Amino acid sequence: MTRTEEKLSILADAAKYDVSCSSSGSKRQNKDKGLGNASNGICHAYTEDGRCVSLLKILLTNFCIYDCAYCVSRKSNDIKRAAFTVQEVVDLTINFYRRNYIEGLFLSSGIFTNADYTMERLVAVAKKLRTEHNFNGYIHLKTIPGASEELMKEAGLWADRLSINVEMPTEKSLALLAPDKKREDMIKPMQFLKQEIIANKEEKKLFKKAPLFAPAGQSTQMVIGATPETDLEILYMANGFYKSMNMRRVYYSGYVPISNDNRLPAIGTPVPMIRENRLYQADWLMRFYGFKVNEIVDKQNPLLDIDIDPKLGWALRNLHLFPMDINTIDYQLLVRVPGIGIQSAKKITAARKFARLTWDNLKKIGIAVNRARYFVHTDTQHDLRDLQPMQIKQFILQEGNSKYKPNFSPQLKIF
Amino acid sequence: MNIVIYDGSFEGLLTAVFEIYEYKIAEPCIMNGEIAVGSLFGNLHHVQSDNAKGERVYKKLKQKLTANAVSQLYKCFLSEMRDIENVIYRYIAYVLSSKVPVENNYGHPDVLMLQQVSRKVHREKHRMEAFVRFQLTKDQLYYCLIQPDYNVLPLISNHFEKRYADQRWLIYDSLRKYGLYYDLQKVEEVSLNFETNLNDKTALQEICDEKEELYQQLWRTYFSSVNIAARKNMKLHIQHMPKRYWRYLTEKKGSVNGEY
Repeated sequence: MTRTEEKLSILADAAKYDVSCSSSGSKRQNKDKGLGNASNGICHAYTEDGRCVSLLKILLTNFCIYDCAYCVSRKSNDIKRAAFTVQEVVDLTINFYRRNYIEGLFLSSGIFTNADYTMERLVAVAKKLRTEHNFNGYIHLKTIPGASEELMKEAGLWADRLSINVEMPTEKSLALLAPDKKREDMIKPMQFLKQEIIANKEEKKLFKKAPLFAPAGQSTQMVIGATPETDLEILYMANGFYKSMNMRRVYYSGYVPISNDNRLPAIGTPVPMIRENRLYQADWLMRFYGFKVNEIVDKQNPLLDIDIDPKLGWALRNLHLFPMDINTIDYQLLVRVPGIGIQSAKKITAARKFARLTWDNLKKIGIAVNRARYFVHTDTQHDLRDLQPMQIKQFILQEGNSKYKPNFSPQLKIF
Repeated sequence: MNIVIYDGSFEGLLTAVFEIYEYKIAEPCIMNGEIAVGSLFGNLHHVQSDNAKGERVYKKLKQKLTANAVSQLYKCFLSEMRDIENVIYRYIAYVLSSKVPVENNYGHPDVLMLQQVSRKVHREKHRMEAFVRFQLTKDQLYYCLIQPDYNVLPLISNHFEKRYADQRWLIYDSLRKYGLYYDLQKVEEVSLNFETNLNDKTALQEICDEKEELYQQLWRTYFSSVNIAARKNMKLHIQHMPKRYWRYLTEKKGSVNGEY
C-alpha cells in the first residue's frame, strides 16, 4: 500500500460519518473549456450499506484538539492519524473527476492548532482547484466553528456548498458529549452565511457578472439516537433551520456506536436505521408535501411511528378528511393521500381533466392502491366500510411487505 | 393488416408515419426492416427514409406538443423495445387528431406508455452518466466501453461534452458497435474494431497510462473505506447498482477478496 493509499483509507474512513452526499443545487457551468460543471447531481456509486457516493468525501486530517464523545476522531481515541497536503487532495480530486468517479469534493477536517489555521487550509484546496486547474465541479467545504468571517467569505467564493454541523439536537446533549463546543459557535456562522448568501443573490440580480457565493447554499447535520431527544425535538429543530436559516438540507445521522464511553449507547447497539428513515420521510413531508411540522409530531405524538410512515400516520389521525373523490380532490390534499406521491399526484390532476379516472387507470399510473384505497374513491357510489384507524393500519401492515418487518416486533405497541 | 417496413432510424420512422397518411394505409403495422424476418402476412409497404417527409412530421409534432413531450417521444424510440414503433405511431395519430393538447392524458394507454417507457430510457441515460468509468491510455485518451440497455449514446453526448471539455474521450457502445469521440473541439459518432479485450488486465497495462492502475487502486480503496459495515444493506446496494453494470465499474472489479 502506498502512503497516499494509506492516508486515503484513514481519512475517508474518518469522514464517512458525515452523511451529506448531495451534489445538486448548484449551477456552476464549465468555464473557458475547463474541467467540469455542477448542476443536478449524480450518484456515481453506492457502497454496500446502500449509501450513495457522489463526492470524494475526506478529512484533510483526523488530528483533532477536541474530544467530542460521539466522534471517531476525538483526541482521546487511540487511532491512526494522518494528514493530506493541499496538493494531494487536489491531485486526487482532479484524477478521480477526470475518470467520472465523482461529482466533486467534500472536504472536512479535524481541528488542528486552531479554527482559522484549519479553515485556511480547506480554503486553500478549493482555491487551488478553482484558480489553478479551472475546476468547475462541485465543492462542499465544512466550515470550522470559530473560523473568522473573512475566511468564511473566501470559502463561499470557491465552494458550492458550506456546512456547519449542529451535531446534537439540543444544547444539553451538546454540553454532555462535546464539552469543548458551544451551540452559539455553530449558530453564529450559520447566520453569517445566510446573510452572505442572500446578499449575493441580490447582487446577482443587479449584476449578472457578480461572483457566485455558495450557490448550493448551506446544510447541517445532527446525530440521532446517541442522546434521548424525541422526534418532536429533532423535527422542530430541523424546521427551525429550514425556516430561519434557509438551510437547503438538514441531515440526520443515526449514531453508529464507536466508543465504550458510558455516556453513549454501547458498541454493538444497532444503528437506529428505521428511525433515521422515518425522520427523512418527515423531512420530505415538510419540504415537498406542504406539511407543517406540528402536523407530523405534537405533544401527544412526540415520536414517529416505527411501523408506518409519517404520512400514513397523519392520515390515520385525520380520517375525518377522508374518503375523497380522486377526480375532484384538491392537489394539496391529494399529495397527502398515503400511497400517492408527487409524481402520481401531478399525473392524476393532469389526466382527470380528460376523463374520470378509474382504479385501473390509477394502478397503471403507479399509485400504491393497497394504501390509497382507504382514503380515496373513484366513484360517487362507493362502499367504504366505516373502519377505525387501527383496523386500517392492521390491514395495510398485513398486506404490505415492509423491509423493516423483522424489526417491528420488539416495538409493537399493545392495543 | 398492412405492414410498413422502415430502416430502423428515427427519420425512417417519421417517414413511415408520413407515408401512412400519404397513402392512406389502413391498419398499419410498422416494422423495423433490420429486425423483421420470416413470413410476414398482409401487404408490404417499404419506406425509404426521406429527410423532407420526416422533417414535416417532426415540425408538426413540435407545433402540437411541448418540447418535453417531443423529447419523450424520441427517448421512447431509443428504447428499441419490441413494437414501440406502433405505440409511437398511435400516439402521433392521437395527438394529430385532437384539437386540444393531449400529452398529459395519462388515462390513455399510449400516452401513459410513452411517458413510462421514456422514463425508463431516461433512467438508463442517467445511469450511464453515473457509471461510465474512464481509463486513461498512453496517448492521453479517456475511454470507456458500455453496453446500455437502451440506445442512450445520443442522449448522453451533451453531458459529457460540457463536462469534459479539456480532455479527449471516447465512449463506445460495444453492443450497438458505435461510439462517441470528443477531440477537444466537437463530438463525433465513430465505429471501431476492438481487437483486444479492454477489460483484460495485461491489455490494460499495455495500453494504459502509467498512473492509470494507481488511480484505479486508489478509487477501490476509497470505495471500501467509505462503507459503514454496521449499516450493511446489500439489497439496497444492488437495487441502486444492479449487477449487470458491475463489469464496467472500477470499484467492483478486481477487488482483493475476488468476490466479484
